[in-house]
Amino acid sequence: MTDVATHRRTGAPRVGESAPRPDGVAKVQGRFAFSSDLFAENLLWGQTIRSPHAHARIIDIDIREALSLPGVHAVLTADDVPGELHYGLEHQDQPVLAADVVRYFGEPVALVAADHPETARRAAAAVVVSYEPLTPLVDSALAAQADPIHPDGNVLRTLTIRHGDLDATAAVVVEGTYEVGMQDQAFMGPESGMALPSADGGVELFVSTQWLHADRRQVAGCLGLPEDMVRITLAGVGGAFGAREDLSLHVHLCLLSQHTGRPVKMVYRRPESFVGHVHRHPARMWYRHHADTDGTLVKVEARLLLDGGAYASSSLAVIANATCFAAGPYRVPHADIEGTVVRTNNPPCGAMRGFGAVQSCFAHEAQMDKLAAALALDPVELRRRNALATGDTLVTGQVITGAAPVAEVIDACASHPLPDLAAVDEQPMMHRPGGAGRTADAHHVRRATGFALGFKNLLFSEGFDDYSSAVCRLENGAVTITCACAEVGQGFVTLAQQIAREELGIDEIVLAPAETATVGSAGSTSASRQSWMSGGAVQAACRAVRGRVLQQVARRRGVALDGLVLRDGIIESLDGSVRVDLADAVDGPIEETAEYHHRPTQPLDENGQGDAHVSFAFAAHRAVVDVDPELGLVRVHDMTTAQDVGRVLNPLQAIGQIEGGTAQGVGLAVMEELIVEDGIIKNRSFTDYLIPTTLDMPTVRIAALIEEPEPDAPFGAKGIGEPPTISSTPAIVAALRAATGLELTRVPVRPQDIALPRS
Amino acid sequence: MSTQSYRLRVNGADHEVAEGWIGESLLDVLRDRLGLPGAKNACEEGECGSCSVLVDGVLSCACLVLAAAAIGTEITTVEGLGAEGALTDVQQAFIDAGAVQCGFCTPGLIVAIHDLLDQDASPERLVVEEALSGNLCRCTGYGRILEAVDLVAARRSAS
Repeated sequence: MTDVATHRRTGAPRVGESAPRPDGVAKVQGRFAFSSDLFAENLLWGQTIRSPHAHARIIDIDIREALSLPGVHAVLTADDVPGELHYGLEHQDQPVLAADVVRYFGEPVALVAADHPETARRAAAAVVVSYEPLTPLVDSALAAQADPIHPDGNVLRTLTIRHGDLDATAAVVVEGTYEVGMQDQAFMGPESGMALPSADGGVELFVSTQWLHADRRQVAGCLGLPEDMVRITLAGVGGAFGAREDLSLHVHLCLLSQHTGRPVKMVYRRPESFVGHVHRHPARMWYRHHADTDGTLVKVEARLLLDGGAYASSSLAVIANATCFAAGPYRVPHADIEGTVVRTNNPPCGAMRGFGAVQSCFAHEAQMDKLAAALALDPVELRRRNALATGDTLVTGQVITGAAPVAEVIDACASHPLPDLAAVDEQPMMHRPGGAGRTADAHHVRRATGFALGFKNLLFSEGFDDYSSAVCRLENGAVTITCACAEVGQGFVTLAQQIAREELGIDEIVLAPAETATVGSAGSTSASRQSWMSGGAVQAACRAVRGRVLQQVARRRGVALDGLVLRDGIIESLDGSVRVDLADAVDGPIEETAEYHHRPTQPLDENGQGDAHVSFAFAAHRAVVDVDPELGLVRVHDMTTAQDVGRVLNPLQAIGQIEGGTAQGVGLAVMEELIVEDGIIKNRSFTDYLIPTTLDMPTVRIAALIEEPEPDAPFGAKGIGEPPTISSTPAIVAALRAATGLELTRVPVRPQDIALPRS
Repeated sequence: MSTQSYRLRVNGADHEVAEGWIGESLLDVLRDRLGLPGAKNACEEGECGSCSVLVDGVLSCACLVLAAAAIGTEITTVEGLGAEGALTDVQQAFIDAGAVQCGFCTPGLIVAIHDLLDQDASPERLVVEEALSGNLCRCTGYGRILEAVDLVAARRSAS
């Protein structure tokens, strides 16, 4: 052991500071290996044959011609699936390859592997599938009564919340019906990956995903292999936003690789990506709010209907969120809410940022504005009067025990100065509604503001133990962290380094690859949960290593353990007799594994009552819009926001999450919708499915990040990814209503909804 | 499939393409044959800008250029921007401003921003917005990216 003379703090950023991303240099140089960048010698290319029908019986699949093409190495159908024929995130109801019936447009039917991607595409076109088209069930309102389109039935879940006095009413009642269209996650990096046969007869899969261990469970089941023969490694992920929580090409790649004995790569093109993952659930929602004349909410009634599409995916949890948070972040003593998610022949829907809370927030915030109008109250004041706070009870009967600075969020956002905007006729043409050359007469343009408040749960709910695991290894003064948390762009890799530095005082932190073979599950990168859960696991593993180091030093130096501290990489005793560098304090390597669990939650009972959620996060947005009412065109100028974050762990990354999350809410408000006709998605390209560009995006101004530490959470930090996507959409539509006087009960708001409103 | 062997000049070096299918785009050839995956494949239909490269100095979507049609041109990809692994000022600004999240749009944006700033050293915000409106990003909402552009312009004018 070497005693050291100086106290060292070299300045690599710790928790609370804007640490740079460890993958940043590789990403800006184009050297970062995304899942579509993988390569192996002797590589084959996979291609999927998909259903052109939303609902049809498969009469015959003729693969002979495809198989005879030069360069084609395999053509596989459902008959070639050796294990489980179905997979699913929560409910195993989705075929690996459709066998006798297809239930949605784009459902996989067969697979091809060939020595060139174009050969694979031509071979796919040569597979002859004979279908007998069936009438597709595409109206979610008819699904419950319709003939089942799946052996498991058409109603995926109904959740009823009965809270307080169901007969309660009050002086002022407002009612409305609302609709949300189907939004796509539209990540930039398409589904892609590579599978290689391994020597033991198993398979290695490199893939972009959100939850490696859930993938392994499903892939191993479908391949008929034990889990330890399926090794999955996270390949670079080009965004996720929920769309990678379900399997896409995972099993297909492995089947082709197992069958050919060669590495197989698959990359979806954009039109295939649009049918290759789940989407945000379209919703139809009826609401009735009851309030006293002073604006105090008395009762909320709601009926929510979500279209789950052909397979269950995460619909059961999405409807739980939509229903549990249907009344908004307000004190509501009486509630009668029912949420149902049904199966149809529309594209399967599942996770997308905001996860159910987005849909109901659009409706409850429209209701709050309607109520404010009926009461002649300021909409912000109405929200302030009813805002939840710590100690209040949700409509599920759960008492909020953690931080709930809702009033602070409202006040910070609402009191932030309005932007200093040029008058409409002084705006550059590019910033007028619709962009250059659209709005001819600036004098018809109306400007208005709108406000909205939203919330959702953090982490998984309803009794699910979504733990995370991490390994910390200290060797020769260097620390390696191993965690299977899927980095999808959110910056967990940065945070893991910051946490390890904070706990151990060592600047150089190496992150091992995220893979299934070396560490236990980290749970899903979703539900705003990884900073808390995998952050907690990394922290616990580092603390365990620190504890063992201090024990060794105490024993060797004959000092009391509780007299030793580790600070900035130096171990010191309080009496000054010991002062040793962590790098020199121990002989051999020290490795500790930690599993982090959040406090348990409970299932909801038959009245939708129970402590089902761990924690909640709140955000508010205020939007400023210009509208050309004659052309129905919109320009969103400004989005001001305040958010309940617990504690900021990395300011730069926090800003990035809030700006990016707001952008997806802007998209849902005014431009993004998958157009589905008779079950067929009509706009499967970025030509026709529009996401915000630099010219569409307003400036996002963060009025405040409210830092009231969450008692249970590591460092007091709440997840921050989802809240910005929840309240942004309704704030914009509130502004559009204020500008036009129209009800605008549906998002996205289309030009015809403004210019040609149905009376 | 009819194939052809030809030579492309990329980042100042000649690259042999042996028996490439003539239907391959420049993006396909860069990524799958020349080991240059920096140009990305987010849409492969000219909408997203993730495959932005310079062809004879002109900002282009590599997915819309047939590789065999690029014979005789000087092609620059993101891999060819910095000298010997050093970061360019745009790349450094992306890191400093927090403009990188998933990073899939990043290489295309880096190429597009170099092109913009080479033509206009201190562009107004609206010019930047218009110049980058063909580069889609789903993670950032563009705030940090625009910040990075401002940072480069400020640093260049200060030096």
